[in-house]
Amino acid sequence: MKARTQKLFLIPYYLWIALFVIAPILLIVYYSFLDIYGNFTLKNYRRFFSPVYLEMTLTSFWYALLITLFCLIVAYPTAYLLTRTRYKQLWMLLIIMPSWINLLLKAYAFIGIFGAHGMANALLEVLGIGSRQILYTDFSFIFVAVYIFIPFMILPIFNALDKLDKTYIDAAMDLGASRWQTFLRVIFPLTLNGVKSGCQVVFIPALSLFMLTRLIAGNRVITLGTAVEQQFLVNQDWGMGSTIAVFLVIIMFIIVALSERGVRNGKKAKN
Amino acid sequence: MAKKQKIDFASIYLFIVFLILYLPIFYLIYYSFNSGGKMYNFDSFTLEWYRELFGNTRMLIIVLNTIIIALLSAAFATIIGVCGAIGIWLMKNRISRQTVLSLNNILIVSPDVVIGASFLLLFTIAGIKLGFTSVLLAHIAFSVPIVVLMVLPKLQELPQSIIDAAQDLGASHWGVFTKVILPLITPGIFAGFFMALTYSLDDFAVTFFVTGSGFSTLSVEIYSMARRGVSLEINALSTILFVITILLVIGYYFIVSKQNNGQGARLGARK
Repeated sequence: MKARTQKLFLIPYYLWIALFVIAPILLIVYYSFLDIYGNFTLKNYRRFFSPVYLEMTLTSFWYALLITLFCLIVAYPTAYLLTRTRYKQLWMLLIIMPSWINLLLKAYAFIGIFGAHGMANALLEVLGIGSRQILYTDFSFIFVAVYIFIPFMILPIFNALDKLDKTYIDAAMDLGASRWQTFLRVIFPLTLNGVKSGCQVVFIPALSLFMLTRLIAGNRVITLGTAVEQQFLVNQDWGMGSTIAVFLVIIMFIIVALSERGVRNGKKAKN
Repeated sequence: MAKKQKIDFASIYLFIVFLILYLPIFYLIYYSFNSGGKMYNFDSFTLEWYRELFGNTRMLIIVLNTIIIALLSAAFATIIGVCGAIGIWLMKNRISRQTVLSLNNILIVSPDVVIGASFLLLFTIAGIKLGFTSVLLAHIAFSVPIVVLMVLPKLQELPQSIIDAAQDLGASHWGVFTKVILPLITPGIFAGFFMALTYSLDDFAVTFFVTGSGFSTLSVEIYSMARRGVSLEINALSTILFVITILLVIGYYFIVSKQNNGQGARLGARK
C-alpha cells in the first residue's frame, strides 16, 4: 500500500525529471554534434578548442573568480557582524530584500549611476578626481555583478555563523588564542561549508552572465554565457551554442562535485 | 573603551553595506519624479512618468502576463514539488534517494543560459510554439526543485511517532496524509510557493530564450527598453515594484513569525 502511494506521488515528479532535467541535457549534447544544416560534425568541438574560444573561457573564468572573491571579501565580515546584532533575522531580511527586486532594474539603475553625468562621476568631481568613463569598463561590470550576487553569498555564511556553537569561540579565547587566531583556526574552518556553498552559488552564475555584459560592460566582456546567447539567438548556430553549453554543464558538475566532496569531508571530520 | 570602538567600526561597515545595497533602488525611485527626463540633473517634481506608464496598455498587459505566469507556475511547481518531496521522503533506499536528489538539484545549480538554451531546443523539438505556454512550462520546470528543497526538511522533521499514533488510532493512509502530514508541512509548502513566485518574477535569462516574439514578461521588456537607453518610465515602474515587494515581504514576515509563534506555543504546551 505504502509503496503504491509512493509511486503515485512520484509519477508527476519523475515526469518532470525526465522531461526537464534529463531530456534537455541529452538534447544539448546531441545538438553539439550538429552543424547549422543539421549534419553530424565534430567541427564545433574543434572550434571550441581554438585559441579564440579558449581565451574566452579563460577570461570568463577570471572574471567569475574575481566576482566570487570580491563577494566573499565583502560578505564574510558583513555576515559576521550581522550575527552579532540584535534583531539579526530582521537585518538579514533587509539584506535579502534587494535580491527580490528585479535583476534588470538594478542593472538599469547602474546605467544611471555610472553614466557620464551620473552620481558616481558627480562624486568624483566633488573629490577633485574629475569625471571619467565608468560605464562599459571592467570595473563597472565587476562592481555590478558583485552587487547583484552579494546577498546570495551573505546568506549561507550568515547561516553557518549563526549555527556556530559559541562555546568553541569561548574555549579558544580561554586557551589563549588571539582574536585573529580564533578566527583563522576556529571560526573560519567551522563555517567553511557556508563559504563553499556561497562560492558555488556565485561562481556558476557569474560564469554565464550575459545581460550584464551587454548592459553594463557594453559587449566589452564576453563570457561563456554571452557566447551561448550570441550563438543561439543572434547567429542561430545552435550547434556551436550547444557545444559551449556542454562545457558549461561539465564545469558545473566539476564545481558541484568539488564542493560536495568538501562538505562531506567536513561532516566526517566533525563527527 | 576598546570594545566601544569596535562596535562603532561594525556599525559603520554595516551602514556602508546597506547604503550600497539600497542606493541603486532609491536612485531609481528618486529620478522617477524628475521632469527633466534623465537620470541626472533633477529638474522639478513630476508624476508624468507614472501617468505615461499607466497609459501604456502594452506595458500593463506585460505586467499582467508576468503576474499570471508567476502565480500559475508557482502553483503547479508547488504541486509537483510537494509530490516529489513526499516521494523522496518515503524512499527507503539511500542510494536511489541520493540520486533523485542530485537530479533534483541540477536545475538549481545550472547556469540560466544553459537552462534557457536547452529548453529552447526542447520546445522546438516538441513542437511547442514559443510564447505563453513555453514560458509557463519553463517557469514551472525551474521552480520545482526549490519547492522540493523547501518541503523536504519539514517532512524529515516529522516525528515518526505522530504518524504511528495516527495510524494506531485508525486513520487511513489518506487521513494520515491530509490530517497529519499536510498541516505539519504547510510552512514548508508556503515557503516553497513563495520562492517559486520570486524565481518566476525575477527570471530573465530563461524567459529571454523561450519567449519568442509575440509574448513578453517584465524582465525581458525592461531589458529591451534599457538597451534602447534611459527611459524614466522604467524608473516609475521600479518604484511601484519596490513598494509591492516591501508589502509582500512584510506580509511574508508576519505569516512566518505568526506560524513560528504558533508552533512555539504548541511545542511549549506539549512540554
